[in-house]
Parts: sequence; structure tokens; C-alpha cells
Amino acid sequence: MTNLSSPPTVSGLAKGLTSFCLGIGILLALFIVAKTTSSPMAFHGYILIIAFTLGIVAILNMGFGNDGKIKAEASPAGIFYNDGVVKAGVIAAAFWGVVGFLVGDIIAWQLAFPALNFDLPWTNFGRMRPLHTSAVIFAFGGNVLITTSFYVVQRTGKTRLFGEIAPWFVFWGYQLFIVLAATGYLLGITQSKEYAEPEWYVDIWLTIVWVTYLLVFLGTLWKRREPHIYVANWFYLAFIVTVAMLHLVNNMAVPISFVEPKSYTLFSGVQDALTQWWYGHNAVGFFLTAGFLGIMYYFVPKRADRPVYSYRLSIVHFWSLIFLYIWAGPHHLHYTALPDWTQTLGMTFSIILWMPSWGGMVNGLMTLSGAWDKLRTDPVLKMLVVSLAFYGMSTFEGPLMAIKAVNSLSHYTDWTVGHVHSGALGWVAYVSFGALYCLFPWLWKREGLYSLKLVNMHFWISTIGIVLYICAMWVSGIMQGLMWRAYDSLGFLEYSFVETVEAMHPYYIIRATGGLLFVIGSLIMVYNLWKTVRGKGDAIPLTQAVPAE
Amino acid sequence: MSFKHAIFEKNPLILLVGILIMVAIGGLVEIAPLFYLESTIEKVKGMRPYTPLELAGRNIYIREGCYNCHSQMIRSTRDEVERYGHYSLAAESMYDHPFQWGSKRTGPDLARVGNKYSDEWHREHMTTPRTIVPESVMPGYPFLAENDLKFTHISAELKANFMVGVPYSEDQIKYAETDLKAQLDEDSDDFDAFEERYPTAQVRDFDGNPDKISELDALIAYMQMLGTLVDFSLYNEKENNR
Repeated sequence: MTNLSSPPTVSGLAKGLTSFCLGIGILLALFIVAKTTSSPMAFHGYILIIAFTLGIVAILNMGFGNDGKIKAEASPAGIFYNDGVVKAGVIAAAFWGVVGFLVGDIIAWQLAFPALNFDLPWTNFGRMRPLHTSAVIFAFGGNVLITTSFYVVQRTGKTRLFGEIAPWFVFWGYQLFIVLAATGYLLGITQSKEYAEPEWYVDIWLTIVWVTYLLVFLGTLWKRREPHIYVANWFYLAFIVTVAMLHLVNNMAVPISFVEPKSYTLFSGVQDALTQWWYGHNAVGFFLTAGFLGIMYYFVPKRADRPVYSYRLSIVHFWSLIFLYIWAGPHHLHYTALPDWTQTLGMTFSIILWMPSWGGMVNGLMTLSGAWDKLRTDPVLKMLVVSLAFYGMSTFEGPLMAIKAVNSLSHYTDWTVGHVHSGALGWVAYVSFGALYCLFPWLWKREGLYSLKLVNMHFWISTIGIVLYICAMWVSGIMQGLMWRAYDSLGFLEYSFVETVEAMHPYYIIRATGGLLFVIGSLIMVYNLWKTVRGKGDAIPLTQAVPAE
Repeated sequence: MSFKHAIFEKNPLILLVGILIMVAIGGLVEIAPLFYLESTIEKVKGMRPYTPLELAGRNIYIREGCYNCHSQMIRSTRDEVERYGHYSLAAESMYDHPFQWGSKRTGPDLARVGNKYSDEWHREHMTTPRTIVPESVMPGYPFLAENDLKFTHISAELKANFMVGVPYSEDQIKYAETDLKAQLDEDSDDFDAFEERYPTAQVRDFDGNPDKISELDALIAYMQMLGTLVDFSLYNEKENNR
């Protein structure tokens, strides 16, 4: 057990070993730069050299001239929490959120007005769309998840994060992954597997970062000072370990050379398709659901100042959720060349999945029992509660769309896109915003946010945005599905494909407008958070630190 | 009840192992059988690996993210079969590393687009889509006709495909570069050898510019063969029922 009264230290050995590994990384990157014929890969090589060099400088500076002691402030309970990396994480999350939403809105306008593609390689929809999905899922969502998990596991374990260099390596290593992936897409490096587009060398880098993340999280659980592991951490752990499994299996590939970006996936055709959607659906299930349920289980009770509604329900819905989610992938491949038995199995489990999903929603909403009045005064809590409502809605819609008969209409249409966004904007982004609004005042030791009025404004502007978005996509998606299968009185297909494209135009404009409102809302949030850090408005600096634990 | 959940709540490693077991089962039951059940991939006549030029074109299709808006998977519903042709078979993507089934149709399905339009149509449509289809929302790709196709690594590309299970012969890998050029020019010296290695391949200058091997050459060569390989007159639907 660590000594509560002494500040954390970093050993010279750890500093030396990590710097040595980064040094090897620099050599490998130099080798790539020297040998490759691909200019995007050479560009990535230079980024790696710069990043690793900065990393070595930063590591050698840790605790320098201070006997290896790290600057840290003890909480009133005498615990030296590692809040530095959490602060960096919430800033990164807010930044990438705005970037991701903005790119999303740009490509939404491209669909309404194709001239906005500018007919250039790096601005066309095909390269920008992966940039949008990766930016919102991995850059925004990933930073929120890593950061909140670092905060929650420390508070619920009453101990400092495991390792001194490792958490910072996870943070900066993950940002490096984002930069490599994002620039790669625009330069044409992709393996075309949705939400797993980065090529083999970026996948290897993410694996190193992710395993370190797992070790930091497990190590912190290991040295916790509470007898029980709090429920939020079960969800975080399931998210971390399952994403590792999915990432490794789905990205198995043979590169054409160790200095070229191009690779060929190990599996082909139908096997590759199911592996991809096993991955894809569980990127939703574990990245965008389990991890964010971890956030919900800490921040909703905390903000409502009420205990979690049912302990038994959390156990039942945790195990059933993680067991059932994995089976749902085949519903992305109904009526395709995937064997029927697999489709039926996927549909069945998708429908059963409705129950544990709602178990989580019920557990979250009922936590507000006796505290519902707070919704009137606390827009942050309102955001968290509405995120649960959206979670409930999209986890009802999902099983519905997984039914083969429904899917025959909805698949390939914008209904799917609308469904994803009711979950992504309504659930994932809102629960993230709620967590960010909680964390900024806590971390910077402010009495509150700069302005709750602005939070309320953010809430309403973005809620109107979401409603515009998903309604437009429901109407246009169902319309398109019906037009594709419409027959005239003589038994011929009634519409040519391009007539259905033309019919989408007004809905694409409504959708992009909704997206614009969502971007504006996020900018209001960033302004509010920035003012909070600066200690303006209601964000009066606390004279005596009150622990948020 | 003798079983206590506390064991998971007090031991991170036991919790970890419990999670791993729970999340491994679904994938094992659903995915693993696809590798050994013989009925998974239909028995068909006509499938062959991509020619070097087609493979290069496929890589451009992937690079530009065409899969974001175009599926290559005709589902077995009446309207899709009437609109696009015979529903797609698993066998038709058995050499696809990775698969390109897609998930969204902002544009139409392309699984059987091969030979549906002329090369000239594709050239025009790729460069300025709205001169051909005024209502289209597709981006223009004028740079494809201007860019020289990079194929210095084409042998390595075939080799990597071979390593993941595509049945390229030694000669096909060895002569990949000359084969790539020969597919664009019927009069070249290497044409006979090419035709022997890929008897059913379409041969011509696809981008209409014989002085240049462009990225558009490769992309159109790929698009013109999509969905054309399997001989459906010999396909036995009953025997391949899954």
C-alpha cells in the first residue's frame, strides 16, 4: 500500500526503459522514412520521429531535479490523485468533439450539395466520412472514456493511478493514434473496414497503447483501498478488454512490405464480412455502450446525489449485456450471402438484447427517485437523464431494425444512419457532455460552472438539432426503402435509383441543419468550460478543496 | 444461494477472466463454423483471382472510400434481384481481402455493374458525374485520369494475397507487372502469356488514353468485371441451399 503522506515518485529505471523503447521507435520510423516509396507513409514516419523525440524529452523531465518526486497535490483525504492526465484528457475530449461534429456536418452538406466535394482527393466524401466516424467515436468518445475511467477508478478505489509514465503514455499515445489515423484517411491510407480503417502499422501502435491502458486500469484496481470494485469499473474493464479482443481479431492482415502502408486482410468474403460486423457491432456494444454505461454509473448517482437504484439489477444487466451483445453482429448482414442460420441467430440475440439494455436505462433513471426535482435546477443532470432516454429509445429501435422483415426495408438506407445518430448524439455525446460539465469544475476546483444558463442553452439547441436530424433520417430512410421496392400496376419497379437520390435532397438539408445546431451547441459548451477553467462567472475558485469522491 | 457475486467484485483478475469467457462465446459459435462448414461458400463455375490491373483498380476503389456509398451485395429480395441482377453469392467474394459488401446505398449497388455501361460512360461519370446523371450527388474524381498508376509493388501485392489464401500461381506473381500492362494492350508481346494466365479477362485500353497507364484504367477494369465471373446458367440453387 502506498504511503498516503508522501508524494508520488518516478524511478530512473522506468524513465530509462521507456526512453529506450521510444528510441527504438525512432529507429524504426527512420527506417520506414528511408525505405518507403509511399509519401503518406514517409509523412507518418516523420510524425512518429517528432512524437517519440518529444516523448523522450518529456519523460526525462519527469521529476527532474526533485529526486524523482512528481508534483502532485494531496486531496483533503490525503490521497495524491493523478489529476494531471485527467485534465489533459477532458481538454482533448472537448477539442476532438468539436472537430468530429464539424467534419460530420461538412459531409452532411456534401450530400445535399455535391459541389462541396471540390473534386479533390482529400476533400471528397469517401475519405472524409471515415475521418468523421473515427473522430467522433475514437477521438471524442475514446478520450472521454479513457479520461473518465482514469478519474473514476481513482475515486472509487481511493488510490492514485497505477504508474507515473504509463498513464501519460496512454494519453499521448492515443492522441498519436488519432493523428496517424486521421491524416492517413485524407491521404488515402485505409483498409476499408468500417470503424477499423487504419492500416496495419497504426493498428500495431494502438495495440501497444491499449495494452498499456489495460495494465494501468487493472493495476489501479489491484491497489485500490476499497474492498469492492465499484460497478462503473466492471463496465470500464469489459469495454477495455473486449475492445482489445475485437481490435486484434478484426485487424489481422498481411502487409505487402514492412515499409509500405498497404495490407491484405487475413479473412476474405463472407468470413471477413462477419468478422467485421462482429467487430463493428461490438464497437457499438462495448466502446459506445459498456464504456459509457461506466460513465453513467458514476456520474448520474454523483450528480443526483443518490445511490444507484438497484445493486442486483446492475449485476444481472452487466453480465447479460456483455454476453448477449457479442452475438448481434449478423443483423448487419440480413438477406446477404451470409448463411441463414447465422442471420437467424444474430436476429434472435439482437431482440433479447433489448432487455439488458433497458435494464441499464431503468437502473440509471430510477436512481433519480426522490431527486427528480433537481431536473428543474440542474441542466447538467437534465443532460444526463435525457441521454438515458435516448439510450432507451435507440436500444429499442435497434432490436426492431434487427428483425429480418424490418431490416429488408431499413438496411442500406438513411434509417440506419438516423438510428446510429440517435444513439451517438443523444446517448453517447449527451452522457459525455454531462461528464465534462461535472469534471471541469471538480478538476479545476471551482464552485460550479461558469454559467448554468449556457448549459441550458446548449441542451436545447443541440436537442432541437438531434430531433431534426433523426426525424429527417426516419422519413427519408423509410421513404427510400419503400421507393426501392415500389412496383407499378404493370409489375415493374416504379422508380429508378436516381429518383430516390433526388427525393432525399430536402431531408439532407434538414439533417445538415440539425447537425449544424449540434455543432453550435458544442461550441457553447467549449466556451463555458473555458470560462470555468479561467474561474469566471459562477466558477469561483474553491478556497478549501472539497473532494469529489 | 451459495454463490456470491462478491468474488468478482473483490478480485480484478477473476472479473477479467469472467468477462473474457462471456464475450468469447458468441463470436466462437457464430464465426468459427464459417471456416469449416462446407456449405458456407457455394460451388460455382467461373471464379478466378483478380488480374493485376483489376486488383490495382480495386485498391483505388478502397482508397477513395467508394464502399461508404456503394454496396456490393445484392440481397435475395425480389426488388433487388430485379434491379441489380442475381443475388450475390458468398463464392463471388471468396477472393476479396477485404470484402466490399458495404453497408449503405447513397449510390446504387455495384456488385454486377460490370459490362452494364461502356468504358466511355465510366470515364465521363468518374470525371464529372453530373454531366451523365444530373441528380447524382457523387463527388467527381477528375484526378484519376491524370494520375499515373503506381504499380511498382504489384508482385508483392499478389504475393500478399497468395499468403492469405488467394490461389495465384508462381507465374502470375512473377509476371504481375507485364500482365498488368498487357491487359491494356492487345498488341503487346506479352498478351498471349497474359491471356493464358487469365483466360476470361477483358482486354483493352480502359481510360481511352493509350499513352498513359492511369488510375482510371485500373478502376474501370475493376468495375467492368464486377459480378461477371460466375456462370449462372450452371449454378444449382437447390444444391447450394443453406
